[in-house]
Amino acid sequence: MNSAPALVVDRLTTEFRIDGRWHAAIRDVSFTVGRHETLALVGESGCGKSITALSIMRLVPRANGRIASGRVLLDGRDLVQLDEAELEATRGGAIAMIFQEPMTSLNPVLPIGFQVAETLRYHTKLSAAEARAKALALLEHVKIPSARRRFDDYPHQFSGGMRQRVMIAMALACKPQIVLADEPTTALDVTIQAQVLALLAELKAETGMALIFITHNLGVVASIADRVAVMYAGDIVETAPVTTLFERPMHPYTEALLSSIPRVDRDAGDLKPIAGQVPPITAMPAGCRYADRCPLRIERCATRPPLVALPSDPRHEVRCWVRAGEPGASA
Amino acid sequence: MLTYVVKRLLVAIPTLLAVLTVVFFFVRIAPGDPAFIILGDQASPQALAAVRQELGLDKPMPVQYAEFMSTVLTGDLGTSMVTHRSVWREIANVLPYTIELTVTALAIGVAIGLPLGIAAARHRNRALDYVARIFSLLGLSFPAFVSAIMLLLAFAIQLHWFPVISEARPGQPLSRLTALVLPALNLGLIMVAYVTRVARSSMLGVLGEDYIRTARAKGVPARVVIWRHALGNALIPVVTVVGLYLGVLIGNSVLTEIVFNRPGLGKLIVNSLNQRDYTMLEGLMVIYAFIIVIVNLLTDLTYGVVDPRVRQR
Amino acid sequence: MSEPGAARPEGTTVHASGGADTIVAERLAARGESLAHSTMPRERGALARLGAGIRRHKMASFGAAIVVLVALSAIFAPWLSPHDPLEQDVLLRLATPSAEFPLGNDSFGRDILSRILWGGRVSLYVSTAAVGIAIVIGGALGILAGYIGGKFDRIVMAAMDVLLSFPTLVMGLLVVAMLGPTVGNLILAITLTAVAPFARIARAPTLTVKERDFIEAGRALGFSNLRLMAVHILPNVLDDILVMAALWLATAIRTEASLSFIGLGVRPPTATWGGMIREGFENILDSPWLAILPSLAILIVMLGLNMIGDGLRDTSDPRLRHE
Repeated sequence: MNSAPALVVDRLTTEFRIDGRWHAAIRDVSFTVGRHETLALVGESGCGKSITALSIMRLVPRANGRIASGRVLLDGRDLVQLDEAELEATRGGAIAMIFQEPMTSLNPVLPIGFQVAETLRYHTKLSAAEARAKALALLEHVKIPSARRRFDDYPHQFSGGMRQRVMIAMALACKPQIVLADEPTTALDVTIQAQVLALLAELKAETGMALIFITHNLGVVASIADRVAVMYAGDIVETAPVTTLFERPMHPYTEALLSSIPRVDRDAGDLKPIAGQVPPITAMPAGCRYADRCPLRIERCATRPPLVALPSDPRHEVRCWVRAGEPGASA
Repeated sequence: MLTYVVKRLLVAIPTLLAVLTVVFFFVRIAPGDPAFIILGDQASPQALAAVRQELGLDKPMPVQYAEFMSTVLTGDLGTSMVTHRSVWREIANVLPYTIELTVTALAIGVAIGLPLGIAAARHRNRALDYVARIFSLLGLSFPAFVSAIMLLLAFAIQLHWFPVISEARPGQPLSRLTALVLPALNLGLIMVAYVTRVARSSMLGVLGEDYIRTARAKGVPARVVIWRHALGNALIPVVTVVGLYLGVLIGNSVLTEIVFNRPGLGKLIVNSLNQRDYTMLEGLMVIYAFIIVIVNLLTDLTYGVVDPRVRQR
Repeated sequence: MSEPGAARPEGTTVHASGGADTIVAERLAARGESLAHSTMPRERGALARLGAGIRRHKMASFGAAIVVLVALSAIFAPWLSPHDPLEQDVLLRLATPSAEFPLGNDSFGRDILSRILWGGRVSLYVSTAAVGIAIVIGGALGILAGYIGGKFDRIVMAAMDVLLSFPTLVMGLLVVAMLGPTVGNLILAITLTAVAPFARIARAPTLTVKERDFIEAGRALGFSNLRLMAVHILPNVLDDILVMAALWLATAIRTEASLSFIGLGVRPPTATWGGMIREGFENILDSPWLAILPSLAILIVMLGLNMIGDGLRDTSDPRLRHE
């Protein structure tokens, strides 16, 4: 039984050039994903979750973005150091990604069956006919109705939910070790969301792959994640097993996040939006980025706190001067 | 696909009739009595009436329309007022020259412009991109007759590579070819400018699309991403531009034919305008109507080949 | 919340310049895309943005400088020209450049420099008049068609379609044939072809903005349609129109020159670049510079205008902005 992690992200920093200067969109991002684990990467829009995923896949737009430092270890190989040819062999094979917008993520002029079979042609030794057969099986497996008849249909002939299933089939075709799913259900109807999530869970159980699930929806997190990493303004501020996070959030941001969500069992009057705003990428403070909005702010917060594990629970890490080392419960 | 082709053909017919109707009304409703235009304002009323009768202008509108449509659609375009030969004959004599010029220019434009634009998009902001952009900027800034004169000056007058007055001599097929080079280059290079531009920006747009990111995330090799994933989508606006440019090409070919003294529809148009050859003008406009419809049809069919979403309509 | 559905338009947006491509741009505009990508209503003055855009973009600044220079020389031609452009002198026929006639003399002994300066006036006049009228009429038609919608929209757009099928030069030839070669008819011909693209380019953002909630709100508050159109829709339309304007000015100048070259434009002896090239062409074998000099003039102006158009387009398209 292989207990080595599926993916290790080590102090990854990605920068973007804005008006001629480089600014870090994500800073020193570190986390590990276990072999069969689902890690949820959570945070509000703009916190850097997608950039983290794109950086892992080395798909950051080269025109004005770059990975400044850090390592991404997949099976011991550092993806950051690979050249284009090696990357092409890895992407879609050992590591795959599902994107947020099913309406635009499939090529409109190529049939969907072809797009699925294509992955197989490049990562396995299957012949064209074999790849076609396998692709058809995959499409049936993700429950595309009349898959055989629709194999050569084009993306515009499918609904959003169907297209996302095709994306999932494509991503899982070569049985990757780890899949990154960037808000795969956000653009879908709520009822379709549930179906797609169930599909993902089923496939994950079958293949035993690891999954990084990016979302801003804490409800989804609660239902599918094993562990959670919370991001704020380009920093990982807390990582914990899912129940721990919901029961005993440590980072002030996580706490605020959880109490700002409307819940059926709470009065609407109890809603507490977080005061203030996320600092813009061009004007990031050098210290703790949440400090401006944090009720617990102390002087020390002007320097950046490290991400440390709690003494009481080594699986629970927090980036906070005040809370790290505290055995306390949530507010 | 077949249904799409049939549908397009069926739509083309009423379109043709509509455009022909526009041609009909244009020459009759536009201000300026054709008889006056032809004979000048010194003409006697009898002469004017005679011309009007000859042109059939004294008959009631619906009758004129019926006559017009029936004669046009049976291929009878009347007789030239100047040469007194069949209009259709005159046009048919020069049509091959215009067609060979247009087709060659188109081929040059696409064969050079498309790869150039794609390469410029791939090597964005590097040397090749700048060269391509400067070249297309220049190509767009030269009016067709200016570039024609420059080519004539450079290659015929100064370098003597080509005859200054190039004529195709019967029995010497090579002379037809040499007579084609400079004019085709003139029109072709301008077309390269247009095609490079639209190919580049279209490609740049496509390369930023989500589905390209998906292809890369699948590990598709870069070369395949460009030629199979990106190009198919990038071609769509290129087809539009080529289709539209064919209309402008006619205007430019008029100028080119004048500068290089080459037979063609362009010369015919200008001559008949200068000589007030009314029936010839009308015949030319009819031909032009046909050309527009055919070009649109071809463009639509090409869309059908390139863009599967269009086929379903 | 429903699925986004077909939120993405088909095909990709085309950024092009000059004649046929402006037609492309507004054909796509008719399907809901416009040259400018921003979907937020913009409040800063369009001219202010124009100025900022030009300054930021080196090529556009250079182009603007060229155009301004040429425009000034055309406007002040009566004072700048050393000689009367119409004054003939048989003795100076085809003379080479001299101190008194810096660019030499044409086949009638007229000063080429003065004729080029005065020719610029014709080009300036014809192009700004034609494009100006086309913007006003086309813009108004486009906004009205987009705003009112329904049958009116369909009729207007069908009429635009018919106009669009005529390339500018062909339209010029037809109008001149029917109505005679005067400057006014030239302007008419160019305006006729230019109206349609501007109408389409004005219609596309109108369709988008019309659906915005703040328009609903404005109506609920009792604002008149005219006010809504003028205050809220117009600013969004101006950006695209300005880009087109630069490119169509170039087209207009080219058309006037082409028609004059053919002999169906501005009549001699009035100095016009196209006419000068025609005369130069007749003497091409012995005095090529007669044709070359006015050609350079046209080339420079069109380059400048195209550079401006390019630069404006680049600044209004976020995709190309980070170059």
